[in-house]
Amino acid sequence: MAEELSDGVIFKPKAEVKNLNFYYGSVQALKNINLTVPEKQVTALIGPSGCGKTTLLRCFNRMHDLYPGNRYEGQILLERINILAPKVDPIEVRMRISMVFQKPNPFPKSIYENVAYGLRVRGENKRSLLDGKVEEALRGAALWNEVKDRLNDLALNLSGGQQQRLCIARALVVDPEIVLFDEPTSALDPIATASIEELMSDLKDKVTILIVTHSMQQAARFSDYTAFMYLGELLEFNKTETMFAKPSHKMTEDYISGRTG
Amino acid sequence: MGGQCPPTLSLLSLRPLRLCGLLYMTEQKTLPSKLVRNIREKSIELILFLAAFSSVATTVAILFILIKESLAFFTQISLWDFLTDTQWTPLFGDAHYGILPLLTGTLMTSMVALTVAIPMGTIAAIYLSEFASNTLREIVKPCLELLAAIPTVVYGYFALLFVSPLLQKVFPELSYFNMLSAGLVMGIMIIPFISSISEDAMRSVPLGLREGSYAMGATRLQTALKVVFPAGISGISAAYILATSRAVGETMIVAVAAGLQPKIVWHPFQQGATITAYIVQVSLGDLPHGTIEYQTIFAAGLTLVLMTLVLNIIGHFLAKHYREIY
Repeated sequence: MAEELSDGVIFKPKAEVKNLNFYYGSVQALKNINLTVPEKQVTALIGPSGCGKTTLLRCFNRMHDLYPGNRYEGQILLERINILAPKVDPIEVRMRISMVFQKPNPFPKSIYENVAYGLRVRGENKRSLLDGKVEEALRGAALWNEVKDRLNDLALNLSGGQQQRLCIARALVVDPEIVLFDEPTSALDPIATASIEELMSDLKDKVTILIVTHSMQQAARFSDYTAFMYLGELLEFNKTETMFAKPSHKMTEDYISGRTG
Repeated sequence: MGGQCPPTLSLLSLRPLRLCGLLYMTEQKTLPSKLVRNIREKSIELILFLAAFSSVATTVAILFILIKESLAFFTQISLWDFLTDTQWTPLFGDAHYGILPLLTGTLMTSMVALTVAIPMGTIAAIYLSEFASNTLREIVKPCLELLAAIPTVVYGYFALLFVSPLLQKVFPELSYFNMLSAGLVMGIMIIPFISSISEDAMRSVPLGLREGSYAMGATRLQTALKVVFPAGISGISAAYILATSRAVGETMIVAVAAGLQPKIVWHPFQQGATITAYIVQVSLGDLPHGTIEYQTIFAAGLTLVLMTLVLNIIGHFLAKHYREIY
């Protein structure tokens, strides 16, 4: 199964968004979104504030189900299963799709327990298995060397950038199929941002990444595909180089060149 | 153009003059009013200060009287006897002044009360904060808080006339006055102290932490127990401490339902007097000022104040220690 873009770019799809509409109560936030997320690539969602990119991201792990009055229409297919179907348990969706948030949100627990959290809620309590998984995840998040001697320290004593990498380790420990990043560097300084970006580009060999970002440079630097959203609609989706070199839509061009947004 | 110039010019030239005049006038006007304003401000500040100071002064005055009368008490009774004597019979011919019977009575009723109130209050708080819908919470929370608004004497007779007979059907050996029913009813009374403050503490846990937990595939219960409860622990422990202070200081329920016999107690089925109940009992009679019997009230009162003071210090320490937890 392969997907082909208009100009002949071919990739393997991981998830497919089909005719997705989303409503916060009576307000429609997403309008007929169609998007194919390529497997083991970084796909960036860009667009001006309020365009619905975070709303779209949060559809992928059914975060909207936490609040009353939200409504989905349409489909997101993950291996031919519509994860938005009411009969699908959102908890099972979240078991397969992890998320890293805008603001680092470590739990008030030790570094070790923060990473082990996802395994513990899945009922895994065997110490030897947890130890191995936690180390693997912390290595994957490029944090192991900094924290290996103080795994039992409170996670809140870490710096902001370390906290965000801890949250990435937490998201990775459960071997997710997709990791959703919601502006993961917007609360961080440039150095911490650089290390997170490097980490994300390393991760794409193992996992599909979907990232919302406000920074054009960030999208251009390390994403493989970019989707441009405007006022709840998906205007353009293409390889990142193509999109930034010759955007096919006037709005896209204005936005990435800094004239709007 | 030429014809329009003169009026413009004259306006321009007049403006600085007018401005100066205005400035001058306001300057003159504000001088006396500034004085008045200052006096008004200062007097308001003084009134506010006195209002705030009155509560401090009251506390200090109470402590002063308590300590003064207690000192008079301790010149006659040694502190050692007070703390170790196992009998409290200040009104009898063979007078003993050991606080232990009253202390054990207080601790026993408080323990029974907390055994009821901590689990129930915590569960109610978790339910209200993490599970109940907004509408339900708006209805249930005020109803729970109403429990604290019932006069304690009503609780006392509820314990004595309803709960005790009921319990006696299950435990026939239970005495008519007993600390079990007094403690149980007191526990119900302090549930809202725990549930309300704990619920506030848990609801103020940032949404980001909850979402982080849900995003890992956690259920509502897992999120509540593993993330929200530990994150809110400082407020929750403050609630427990406050409830403990309330239980230790509660008077009417125990005075009515727990009995007034000061004996060292080991079992909640027994009857026993608490510090507060003793104070009520003795204050009702007319004791001449300056007698040792009169001073026992203050020694017992000081003990009570010290207990709640220690609890409040622990509570303050806990709240401070865990404040930066999220």
